[in-house]
Amino acid sequence: MTTTSTIKDEARPKASSGADLHLANVTKRFSDFTAVDDLTLTVPSGTFFALLGPSGCGKTTTLRMIAGLEQPTSGTISIGGKDVTKLPSFQRQVNTVFQSYALFPHMTVLDNVAFGLKRKRVGDSVARAKAALEMVELQHLAARKPMQLSGGQQQRVALARALVNRPAVLLLDEPLGALDMKLRRQMQVELKSIQTEVGLTFIHVTHDQEEAMTMADTVAVMNKGKIEQMGAPRDLYELPRTAFVANFLGKSNLMPGSVTEDLGNAVAVDVAGHRLVMPKDRAVSHSGAAVVGVRPEKMRVLNLSDEYSPSANMLTGTVLDASFTGVSTEYLVEVPGIGTLATFSQNMGQAPARRGDTVRMTWEPDFSFGLDGSAKTTEGQDAV
Amino acid sequence: MRQKFGRWFIPVAGGLAFIYLLVPIAYIFVFSFNDAGRTNLEWRGFTLDNWKNPCGAPNVCESLVNSLQIGVVATIFATVLGTCVALGLVRYKFKFRNTADLLIILPLATPEVVLGASLLAQFLNLGWELGFSTIVISHIIFCMSFVVVTVRARVSSLDPRLEEAASDLYASPITTFWKVTFPLLLPGIVAAALLSFAMSFDDFIITNFNSGNFSTFPKFIYVSATRGIPAQANVIGSAMFILALVVVVTSQVIAYRRRKALAAR
Amino acid sequence: MTSTVERSRRRKNRGPQDLRSEEELVAERRKGRVGLYLIIPGMAVLALFFAAPVMVLLGMSLYARPPGAEIGEFVPALEFGNYATVVGAYWEVFLRSFLFALIATVAALLIGYPMAYLVAVRLRGRQLMQGILLVLLIAPFFSSFILRTQAWKQILSDEGPVVTVLRAIAILPADGHLTATAFAVVCGLTYNFLPFMMLPIYANLDRLDTNLLEASGDLYASPLTTFFKVTLPLSMPGVFAGTLLTFIPAAGDYVNAALLGNNRDTAMIGQIIDSRFFKVVDYPGASALSFILMVLILALVMIYIKRFGTKELF
Repeated sequence: MTTTSTIKDEARPKASSGADLHLANVTKRFSDFTAVDDLTLTVPSGTFFALLGPSGCGKTTTLRMIAGLEQPTSGTISIGGKDVTKLPSFQRQVNTVFQSYALFPHMTVLDNVAFGLKRKRVGDSVARAKAALEMVELQHLAARKPMQLSGGQQQRVALARALVNRPAVLLLDEPLGALDMKLRRQMQVELKSIQTEVGLTFIHVTHDQEEAMTMADTVAVMNKGKIEQMGAPRDLYELPRTAFVANFLGKSNLMPGSVTEDLGNAVAVDVAGHRLVMPKDRAVSHSGAAVVGVRPEKMRVLNLSDEYSPSANMLTGTVLDASFTGVSTEYLVEVPGIGTLATFSQNMGQAPARRGDTVRMTWEPDFSFGLDGSAKTTEGQDAV
Repeated sequence: MRQKFGRWFIPVAGGLAFIYLLVPIAYIFVFSFNDAGRTNLEWRGFTLDNWKNPCGAPNVCESLVNSLQIGVVATIFATVLGTCVALGLVRYKFKFRNTADLLIILPLATPEVVLGASLLAQFLNLGWELGFSTIVISHIIFCMSFVVVTVRARVSSLDPRLEEAASDLYASPITTFWKVTFPLLLPGIVAAALLSFAMSFDDFIITNFNSGNFSTFPKFIYVSATRGIPAQANVIGSAMFILALVVVVTSQVIAYRRRKALAAR
Repeated sequence: MTSTVERSRRRKNRGPQDLRSEEELVAERRKGRVGLYLIIPGMAVLALFFAAPVMVLLGMSLYARPPGAEIGEFVPALEFGNYATVVGAYWEVFLRSFLFALIATVAALLIGYPMAYLVAVRLRGRQLMQGILLVLLIAPFFSSFILRTQAWKQILSDEGPVVTVLRAIAILPADGHLTATAFAVVCGLTYNFLPFMMLPIYANLDRLDTNLLEASGDLYASPLTTFFKVTLPLSMPGVFAGTLLTFIPAAGDYVNAALLGNNRDTAMIGQIIDSRFFKVVDYPGASALSFILMVLILALVMIYIKRFGTKELF
């Protein structure tokens, strides 16, 4: 039927309807606690942007200020070039998918989805709400109450309820937090494809680094009310600039030492008597104290008899623990003077090293990254 | 053995308790059919006359109407005032919050004689004539505290995110209240109103202090008790009980059917 | 009705990333004058018709009767002797009232708890049955409690079925009575305030997570142990509210004593206050008695709260 398809198309917000979001020097204080500290941030139109951080880092407060549910203590927020700092939430072209979904329990699914359109006095609100439910494949449940739906279904209703209004910016507050692992994966893919399809600006708040990396074009890692580092997921992972990012986003081995030689486009660092090399363009500082980092999967685990490239960085240690996971074996290796390092060895049929064995770990200098010498190597390790 | 004891003890004890609760009702019901004459104390034979002419005894229907009117007026005032107070106390900050809390709780911790006596002292002091209005005021006081307590529990269990969601979806604060907050509080408000009405309708002690010559249904029965309560009072008592039962059971059954129908879909 | 599932999910969904406490979240919204406008009318009514009357009562309790004055004529004074007079005359009645109320409260607890447990736990999920039993609990309010008390009087009367049976099986001597005894008064009190005991306990047990009972059973507790170690402690707030809501009105009640008791050894303080006001027309004495009753009950409630207290009283 042509009519349904036109309605359906209409219900899908146009790619052009997204808008730039700009936060300038935004600070939010709750009595003696600073939740967001002088945050400046630009999210270009049509991007899938993730705010990633541990609990209490201020990401939810940031989201609530964008939604208008919280007033910044200072600073301005603008959407599409227009200052909305003082605008109450019900006058902002922003919609939120709440973590708890916050579906109205006394209304049917359809009434929930049509709620925003009715407030805006959109003429064919019911038809549009139906089309939005179709988009999330829940049209058959339109007459139910939210309590009668499963968690995944409620999540999709919440999404439809927000999307149907074609907001300039769509905010997602840990929208997948209450779902089980399998459903999470499925919804991640669905959310990403819906965003690509509708082309809206999505701002996704999460503490799950894997979720942020799979879905977002740009990830901002937040810690203690500030953005630690921002960029494309791969860039953040491959080249973390702070110990917090290195530890919170995946795992890292961080080894403090001091720069001893300038090798042109690389520097050599002395770490407890070991000479480790890292490229200059991957290091924050090129002299004095420095922290050398390397991701566990970038290292190779070798027996003492195995050969290795002379240009590679090499450390020798004793296996403290080896756990076989099928795809790989994970090792904890004690290196004298440095401490315990983590590494993987992919299952290529070789006999894994055992606990107590002495092994060599090698990696190409190009995989090293350098952090500021004052960085606290454990920062962000236990953050959730 | 123990397992079995536990299994039958609760239903038997609970069931007996319900029977205990209903024995006097059954007695009232049976004696509403008594061919009693002036005093309805012993069984004199079956008759439908009392049910055919429930207003047959002097003053019985007048006092019933008075009680119903008082109940309705007091309930409306108590529910509106109490709901506002509950909303205000949960949602807003005050300097005199603890004083306000105390003022709400104290009437609940005050025995009815004291409430009645103090109000009487106040009315005597103000020189007000006792009657309909003084009864209504006294009922508003004790009903309102119950309403505040009931509705407040409901307000504090309301998820604040729902109101935020409404605001996020372009609803102004006033629209949010009527479309989201109020409908979600309604079951609590209705329950509080029903309880208020029941307590007002059934109150004797406070009413007795503040009614002067004005008669209510409980007062009528208390006064008649010395001479003998007419069988018509039993008719009205039974009818009110059955009416309350029918109204609530019907609404329960309808709600139950609707739930079943929804679940079946 | 909010189910346990809904509530626990709501709690879970509040999420760990929000550092602010519940208090702070709520405090954020408590701004503006609206709140004041909301509570002022109700508070004004309470101040005018509850707080002020209690003060008037206190004042009146200190009035004096000038020599040679007519009945009911008093002048404002600070006659503290009124208190000594009424305490001297009625301390036994106070004691009796509290004793009766205490026995009735315990009896109502013993009867009301199984009722509440039956409806809230055993019949969980059977909403129709639950609804009907709850209605049966409330509906008697509408048939007038004086009518029901009067019905008890007749059921327990010397010619009634209960006394006849008890005499026949010789539990009661051939000339024994049930009406006009302390026993009848306490029975009446228990009966009349049973719903006030049962409803708070029901409301509490309704939220009881039955998984806890299974967990307790799984950890080798017998059903009886489970009850005393898990169910009862968890339902204490309900029991607490129920006992207060039963004890307070029972201690001040006089209808049961008037209808089911006698004039000699079952009089309760409410009766005395009523007759001091209306028959003897001794306003200061009646006011003093009322005030003592109020203070005693508040004191008992305070001790009770301190001893067993939960914060969420009502």
